[in-house]
Amino acid sequence: MSNPLPADSVGIVTPQTFRCDAPLALQCGETLPGFELVYETYGTLNAAASNAILICHALSGNHHAAGYHAADDRRPGWWDACIGPGKPIDTNRFFVVSLNNLGGCDGSTGPRSINPATGTEYGPDFPAVTVPDWVRSQALLADHLGIARFAAVIGGSLGGMQAMQWAIDQPDRLQAAVLIACAARLSAQNIAFNEIARQAIISDPSFHGGRYRAHSANPDLGLMLARMVGHVTYLSDDGMRQKFGRELKSGDLALGRDVEFQVESYLHHQGRSFSSRFDANTYLLMTRALDYFDPARDAGDDLVAALERARCRFLVLSFSTDWRFSAERSREIVDALIRARKNVASANIESTHGHDSFLLQIPRYFAVLGTYLNRLADEVSGAR
Amino acid sequence: MRADLSIIADLVAPGARVLDLGCGDGELLAYLQAHKQVNGYGLEIDADKITMCLASGVNVIEQNLDTGIANLPDDSFDLVIMTETLQSVRDPNHLLDEMLRVGRECVVTFPNFGHWRCRAQLALNGRMPVSRHLPHAWYDTPNIHLCTFDDFERLCRDKALQIIERFVVDPDHRARPLINRFPNFFGTYAFYRLGRPPSANAGGPLHGAPA
Repeated sequence: MSNPLPADSVGIVTPQTFRCDAPLALQCGETLPGFELVYETYGTLNAAASNAILICHALSGNHHAAGYHAADDRRPGWWDACIGPGKPIDTNRFFVVSLNNLGGCDGSTGPRSINPATGTEYGPDFPAVTVPDWVRSQALLADHLGIARFAAVIGGSLGGMQAMQWAIDQPDRLQAAVLIACAARLSAQNIAFNEIARQAIISDPSFHGGRYRAHSANPDLGLMLARMVGHVTYLSDDGMRQKFGRELKSGDLALGRDVEFQVESYLHHQGRSFSSRFDANTYLLMTRALDYFDPARDAGDDLVAALERARCRFLVLSFSTDWRFSAERSREIVDALIRARKNVASANIESTHGHDSFLLQIPRYFAVLGTYLNRLADEVSGAR
Repeated sequence: MRADLSIIADLVAPGARVLDLGCGDGELLAYLQAHKQVNGYGLEIDADKITMCLASGVNVIEQNLDTGIANLPDDSFDLVIMTETLQSVRDPNHLLDEMLRVGRECVVTFPNFGHWRCRAQLALNGRMPVSRHLPHAWYDTPNIHLCTFDDFERLCRDKALQIIERFVVDPDHRARPLINRFPNFFGTYAFYRLGRPPSANAGGPLHGAPA
């Protein structure tokens, strides 16, 4: 191996597949005859199976949260900064489970899977899945792994929504829920951004009503635009100024020829790499799951009543410049948890990186998360 | 435990619902949690102190008291505690009202600006007082609303708040006969346990601790 892996990496990991042959009734009324979830694990499950942590991914995430698939991988998993030996989610102490959600495009059953009823890919006919559906499928994975109760369910953004749903739907199966840069429901502005992204994809001539693969096509342009809009909302004005300013990537401003600003180049790159790796139908499905998430609706539009069912403790984290899921949205969750008389701690982390902050190695963020989980590790291992 | 916190801990009934405004490193709440089955919340804005609270398993909420506590519901706590913070908030008068809105009773502690050393420094030296209990210079002090015990009691009277208990102590948080005799001259810190104006004390029943 020419480049040895970093010492604080979980190292080489191999994805595994959990197959559930029992039918899964979805919230939309349809039933999946069976399904597969691809997942990875890091660390070791203790004898009491009390040290497991579930990582829930955000919109475009997958099961590969930490480590490398091969020694020559250019990049580790999407949350490698946070998961590993001695890191805030410490694999010396916890057994970490990370999966690709149902409806995903990285190996779990989704729009690219074969519909047993037709013998062809589901494509746009894959049923709508919701955050509660995800939680039920994740609980089946936990059964399979012999985990009766997670020490913590952790997620950022859409992942935080899953952690919140876990607290409500599976109250006896988690000790702590860690909600990072999330909201109890999307604002109209958030839904609007998602709709722009969806329209960019749907109106791409290569979309073919979602049957692009049957046409040997891919709505690259639509996906790219969707991702570009997304990235603008994941950064802050200040963060973009710091990162890109008005630097030119190419061309001559004075002559007005072939001008490309750094920020344009960044968005083009993000958009292109996204359209080559992500499935358009999955993107539509994931953004719909985001839009529909609203645990308060089933409790008479009362978030406090919805959260009263929870029995776990909560840690709610937000970031100062996040405007996609602002600190105010986290405050709403904290206030509802206090009203519901739940154990809750919260912190608003100073950061210039907007919503993207939840993926980054920010010293205070990691100190807060690491301290909280370290105490939890003491408790589940019986040291406290 | 810090001497002032142990005085307060003695005032807390077992199983009470407690809110600690400016809870610092969470020492008081952690103690109450361990010894009095109290499970409350602490508000704090200092990043390092918040991390220390998390290490102690305290329910710490990052919140600036100067933006108020309007987010907390009426009658949700048995006791609201604020130690040595009253003098540094923007609107202590309003905050007192808010403390007795969310809690049935409150405990407030603060340093005495009427202590004889303060009086002497201002009267004899013509300088802003700096002492062990008020260590800051005028230009860098967080204490923007200093008062004497008499000032505070006058405010309570004007607001018709009930002073249920009062302890006045020296810099080491000990009671002294001389202090008991002339608290506003020899006392360094005071602990006031306050209740709502008699007419306002019709709050509903209180519920149990967090699940």
